[in-house]
Amino acid sequence: MKLAEIVDRLDLVVLSAADKLDTEVTGGYASDLLSCVMARARKGNVWVTLQSHLNIVAVASLLQLAGVIITEAMAPDAATLQKATAEGIPILTTSQTTFTVVGHLAQLGIAGSASQEMEAAPTR
Amino acid sequence: MLPGSSDQRVEVTKLQELVYELKIDQVMTRQVITVRPDTTMRQLKEILRLNRISGAPVMQDGTMVGIISIEDLIKALEAGDIDGRVAERMAKQPQTIYADETIMQAVNTFGRYGYGRLPVIDRDGNLVGILTQGDIARGLLRRLEIDYHEEEIHRYRASHIFEDIASDQTGLILRYKVQPKDFVHCGEAASRLKRALERLGAKPSVVRRIAVASYEAETNLAIHATKGGDLIAEVQPERIRIVAVDTGPGIDDVEKALQPGFSTAPDWIRELGFGAGMGLSNIKACSDEMRLESKPGVGTRLEIIICI
Repeated sequence: MKLAEIVDRLDLVVLSAADKLDTEVTGGYASDLLSCVMARARKGNVWVTLQSHLNIVAVASLLQLAGVIITEAMAPDAATLQKATAEGIPILTTSQTTFTVVGHLAQLGIAGSASQEMEAAPTR
Repeated sequence: MLPGSSDQRVEVTKLQELVYELKIDQVMTRQVITVRPDTTMRQLKEILRLNRISGAPVMQDGTMVGIISIEDLIKALEAGDIDGRVAERMAKQPQTIYADETIMQAVNTFGRYGYGRLPVIDRDGNLVGILTQGDIARGLLRRLEIDYHEEEIHRYRASHIFEDIASDQTGLILRYKVQPKDFVHCGEAASRLKRALERLGAKPSVVRRIAVASYEAETNLAIHATKGGDLIAEVQPERIRIVAVDTGPGIDDVEKALQPGFSTAPDWIRELGFGAGMGLSNIKACSDEMRLESKPGVGTRLEIIICI
C-alpha cells in the first residue's frame, strides 16, 4: 500500500515532503526509543511514535523509512520539519494514540515483519 | 517487440510502464507564468524571453480565459501589431488536462492536437500547472535515472576506487567530529558515512548494519563524551573499521555498560528517545567484532569491525 493511501485512510496531516507519499510501505514499526527503532525498523516502513524531536528525521533518513506518524497531536518544531523537508521524509501527525494508529494500520494490512523480531534481538 | 538486446527490451517495457504509472502532477511545472488579457504583445515577448518559455496561459480574475504562444507572437510581429493586446491574439477555451491523469493521456493529447503546452487543472477547474513535452521527457528520464540509480549503484561504483587504485592495502579514512550534547546534528556523521558507502557500492544489507552501528556510536559520543569525540571510519575492500574515541569521562564499569537496557543517560536525554541502554547491544548485533576500552577520567575507545 502506498503511503498516500494510509494518509488518506487514517486522515493524517502531512507536515513535510508531501511529494514523497508515493512510496510503497513495506511494513510498520512503533516505538519511542530511537535505539529500538534503529535495531528493528526496516527500509520502507512507516514508524509510529510520540517523539517529535529533530532526531527522528536522522533515524528515518538513515533507515530510509517511508514516513513518520507522530501521535497524540505532538507538534514537531520548525527545525524538525525543515530537516524533514530537506531529507524528503514525510512527517505525518494525528491526534489519535499510537495504539489506535497501529490498530488501523494492521487493519489496512500493514504488518511488522518476522525478521524484525528475530534480527538484532537483545540478548537477555 | 523491438529488435535488439534484452536490455533494450527491458528499457522499452519500463518506459511503457512509466507512461501509465506517472501522473501529470509528478512531472508538470508548478510555477506557471501567466499573462493577462490586457498584456501587450510587446510585454509578452519580454515575459517569454526572460522566463525562457514559449507560451503562457491567460488569466483574468483567477480564471483561465485563453492561452498565448510564441507562434501568436510571430504572427503579431508579421502583422506589425506588436502593441496589440493578448486578448485579441490568444486561443480561447484552450485544451486542458487534469493533474491526476497519466502521462499516457497527455502524450495522446499532444499527439492529437499538436500543441506545445497544455494547462493542467485540478478537478475543481483551478489551474495548478503547465505541461510541455519537455516536462514529460524530463519526468520520465528522472524516474528512469532514479530506478537505474537504485539498481546499479551498488555494483558499479564500488569496483572503481578499490580496483583502480592499486596498493598492497588500500583504505579510505573518513573522519567525523561529533559535538557534545548536540542533538540537532546528531546522526549526520552516520548519514554522511552511509552515503559515502552507498557511493562506494557497499551492499544494502551491509550499509544498514554500518548505519545502525555508526549512528549508535555517534549518539553515545553526543550523549556521554564531555568534549564530544571523533567517529573514524576506515573503509577497506573487505571490511570497514569504525572507531569512536573521546577524552572522557570514561566508563566506570564496562561490563555493566554492555548489558542491554543499562543506561546512565540523564532523564532529559531519555525523554528525547535516546539513552535506552540499547546502543551498545545494537552495535554488537550489527558488527562482526566489537571492542570497548575505557578508563575513567581518561576516555573511551570503541572499535567496530564489519565485514563488507
